[in-house]
Amino acid sequence: MSTLHTVNKSPYERNAMTSCLGHVSAGDLVLLIEDGVLAARKGGSFAQALNAAKGACKIYVLAPDLAARGIGAGDVLEGVETVDYGGFVDLAASATRVCAWL
Amino acid sequence: MRFAIQINEGPYTHQASDTAYQFAKAALEKGHEIFRVFFYHDGVNNGTRYTVPPQDDRNLQKLWSELAEAHKLDLVVCIAAAQRRGILDANEAKRQGKDGDNIAPGFRISGLGQLIEAGIQADRLIVFGD
Amino acid sequence: MSDGQTKKKFFYLNRKAPYGTIYALESLEVVLIGAAFEQEVSLGFIDDGVFQLMNNQDAAGTGMKGFSKIYRALGDYEVRKLYVEKESLETRGLSVDDLMPITYEDEDEDYAEKPSIVVVDKAEMAKLIADQDVIMSF
Repeated sequence: MSTLHTVNKSPYERNAMTSCLGHVSAGDLVLLIEDGVLAARKGGSFAQALNAAKGACKIYVLAPDLAARGIGAGDVLEGVETVDYGGFVDLAASATRVCAWL
Repeated sequence: MRFAIQINEGPYTHQASDTAYQFAKAALEKGHEIFRVFFYHDGVNNGTRYTVPPQDDRNLQKLWSELAEAHKLDLVVCIAAAQRRGILDANEAKRQGKDGDNIAPGFRISGLGQLIEAGIQADRLIVFGD
Repeated sequence: MSDGQTKKKFFYLNRKAPYGTIYALESLEVVLIGAAFEQEVSLGFIDDGVFQLMNNQDAAGTGMKGFSKIYRALGDYEVRKLYVEKESLETRGLSVDDLMPITYEDEDEDYAEKPSIVVVDKAEMAKLIADQDVIMSF
């Protein structure tokens, strides 16, 4: 009975990710897509917020969106798992519902 | 599993339609069903056949139309949003006294009830937007 | 759940202010159409979404169509649960007194007028989200 939350905004520009992380329940899944992937860059100022959220939920990031933005797999925060579109589908299927933070 | 997809943004300005397309394609490849794709707000702009992007760019309308044909997808454009933005099928063009229609192959125009029904019938509704 | 008979819980997640973009209005359009489908409907107002419920909205000067009155009619459509997040109000210097008085008539209590707006904190909002079948995001 978990929720897949999708975040498609850069946290540097909008509060979608911050708001999302404030509303997750234990065992939920959070997937960063589109400009949302910018949060997952190592050394960024939202690393702490993502690390703190990792205790309660699992954080994923969409690999094609990382690659498009020049963020290499080695530059992704530790503990954040990369998935492709098929992985996105699997996450949506495994959760009970999907909540988009637009 | 049965998915429904809602797309709130038009092509090219936002990535929403691209991501939704890649998701739909991946879901179909995995053997899932797409119950319906509902285009709302500026998302209705995905459904005009008059777009002519440069040849080296993807043509989102064509991609959706081809995916619809290959998998018998139900691509529904919200009628109220479409009327506001000049997306018309032959019936609507006639009814509104316009001199032509522009709906792309595989798309159809219908009401918001189709979105609610998709939410009821599908196992998961995924929203792509801005 | 494909027989179409079972009621699903629909949650409308509203996080954007009205007028600057069309999302608030079009969310409301879905709510009104959705009412005919007799599902379990509730609305959540988080972040700038709380501004959708401000009292004394007057869009006349913008040239745009005002739609705040529609929220007050939601009770007539059996939409009676408008959850507004406390933290979102506070961050914006607002309290529930700044919002429209939105009520519904409770047929079980001699049609007494009851408030539709329920202020919940962030943790309660998270629980609401975790309890839904379908989440419509705008």
